[in-house]
Amino acid sequence: MTFNFAATLTPQYLELLWQSILRTCGIAICAWLIAFVAGLALVAARVSPLTPARFAVAAYVEMTRNIPLLVQMMFWYFAMPTLLPQSVQNYINAGPSETILATLALGFCVSGYFTEIFRSGIQSVPRVQYEATRAIGFSYLQTMRYVILPLALRQAIPPIMNMTLILLKGTSIASAIGVLELSAVARRIENETFLTFEIFSIVTIIYLLICALINAVGGALERRYAVR
Amino acid sequence: MPLAALSNAVTQFGDGMIDIIQHYSLLLLIGTYPNGPIGGLAGTLILALLALVLSMPCALALALARLSNSPLLSNISIAIVWVMRGTPFLMVIFWAYFLLPLAVGTQISPFLIMIGALVVYEGAYLSEIIRASILALPRGQREAAAALGLSRSKTMFLVILPQALYNALPALVGQFISIIKETSLGYVIGVQEFTFSAAQINSVELTKPVEVFSLLALVYFVLCFCLSQSARWLETRINSARVH
Repeated sequence: MTFNFAATLTPQYLELLWQSILRTCGIAICAWLIAFVAGLALVAARVSPLTPARFAVAAYVEMTRNIPLLVQMMFWYFAMPTLLPQSVQNYINAGPSETILATLALGFCVSGYFTEIFRSGIQSVPRVQYEATRAIGFSYLQTMRYVILPLALRQAIPPIMNMTLILLKGTSIASAIGVLELSAVARRIENETFLTFEIFSIVTIIYLLICALINAVGGALERRYAVR
Repeated sequence: MPLAALSNAVTQFGDGMIDIIQHYSLLLLIGTYPNGPIGGLAGTLILALLALVLSMPCALALALARLSNSPLLSNISIAIVWVMRGTPFLMVIFWAYFLLPLAVGTQISPFLIMIGALVVYEGAYLSEIIRASILALPRGQREAAAALGLSRSKTMFLVILPQALYNALPALVGQFISIIKETSLGYVIGVQEFTFSAAQINSVELTKPVEVFSLLALVYFVLCFCLSQSARWLETRINSARVH
C-alpha cells in the first residue's frame, strides 16, 4: 500500500483546506459567542424568582439537550426561514445563508448546555456571598455582575471547555446542510482524487490539533483562575 | 387582527401535522419495510440498542486496559480515547465508510457501517464512564477481596465490576441518549432511520418543512426526555440505596 500525500496537497487543495479551516473556526467562534451571551441571559431568567420565566428556560434547556443537533440544524435550515418575515429572509439569503443558519443552530443549541453549566456554577456560590453583597448596598444586577458571576464562572471553566470541544466537533454536522466546512471539504477532495486515506488522515489530524489547542487554552485558564 | 392570524396559523400547523401522521405514519415508524431494510423510528431504536450492546464489551476492554499495570496497554487505551474525543463523529463515520468494506473485502450496508462507527466511538466514551465508576469504589472492596484470597481477575469480575456497573447505570442511560441522538447522523451516509424518513417526506411534500421537522424534533424529544428522566430517577434510587 503506497500513500500519496503530495497529490492531496496541491496549491489548489491547500487553498480549499485553508478556507474550510477558517470557516470551521469562524462558525465555532461565532456560535460560541452566541451560546455564551444567550446562556448568560437565559441563566438570569433561570435563577430569577419569576416562576413562568424559570419554567420557560428549563423547557428550552431540555429541548436543546434532547433533540439531535442534526435535527436542530435541519429545522433551522429547512423550516426556520419560512417562519421569519420576508425582510429577514431576504437578508439571510443575500449572504451565505447555510453558514449563517448553521451557526445560529449550533449557537442556540449549545446555549442550552451553557445555561445549565452557569446555573450549577451559580448554585455552587454560597448564599451568604449574595446576602453580604446586597447588605453593603449593591443592586441585584451589580451583585450578579461583580460578585456572583465571577465566582460562578471560575467554577464553570472545566465544563465550559469540555462543551467548547463538543461545539467544535458539532461544526462538522453543518456539512449535512451544505456548508463547505472542514469535513465537507474532506469528502469533496476525496471524490476528486480518490486518495481517501490521505485526505481523511490530514483532516482528522487538523481536528485533533484544534482540539489540543482548545485543551491547552482550557488548561491555562484553569491554572490562571484556580480556586485557591 | 394579529391574534386571529396567529390562531389561524396554529390551526393550519396542527392540521398539517395530523395530515403527515395520517399519510406517512408507516414510513416514519418502520421505513420501507418489508420492501426494504427496516427503517424509521424502529430503525433508529434497533441501531441505538445494537450499538449500546456491542460497544459495552469494547468499552470494558478499554477501561480494563487503561487500569492495567501494563504501560503499553494503558497508553494504547489513552490514545484511542483521546483520538475519539477529538474527532467529530461525522469523521468517524467517514472513516468507517472507507475502512470497513476494505477490512471485510465486500460491500456492506450503511446500517452495518453505522453500527461499526457507533461501536468504536461510543466504546471510547463508555470506557471513560466505566473507568470512573471503578475508581469511585472505595479501596476497601479491593483490599477485602484480596484478603479473602481472590485472584486479581476474580476480584475484578466478581467484586468490583458488578458494583461499578450498577453505580454507572444512570450515566449509561445518559450515554444511550447520546447514542440515539448520534444515530441521526446515519442520514448522511443513507442509513434508513428516523431522520432519513423525515427528510424523504420533506422532499416529497416540499411545502411543509415546519410540520415535518417539528414532528421529527418532537418525537426525538419525547423519547430522549423520558430516558433522561428515568436516568434521574435511577440516580436518586441508587444514591438512596447507598446511604442505607
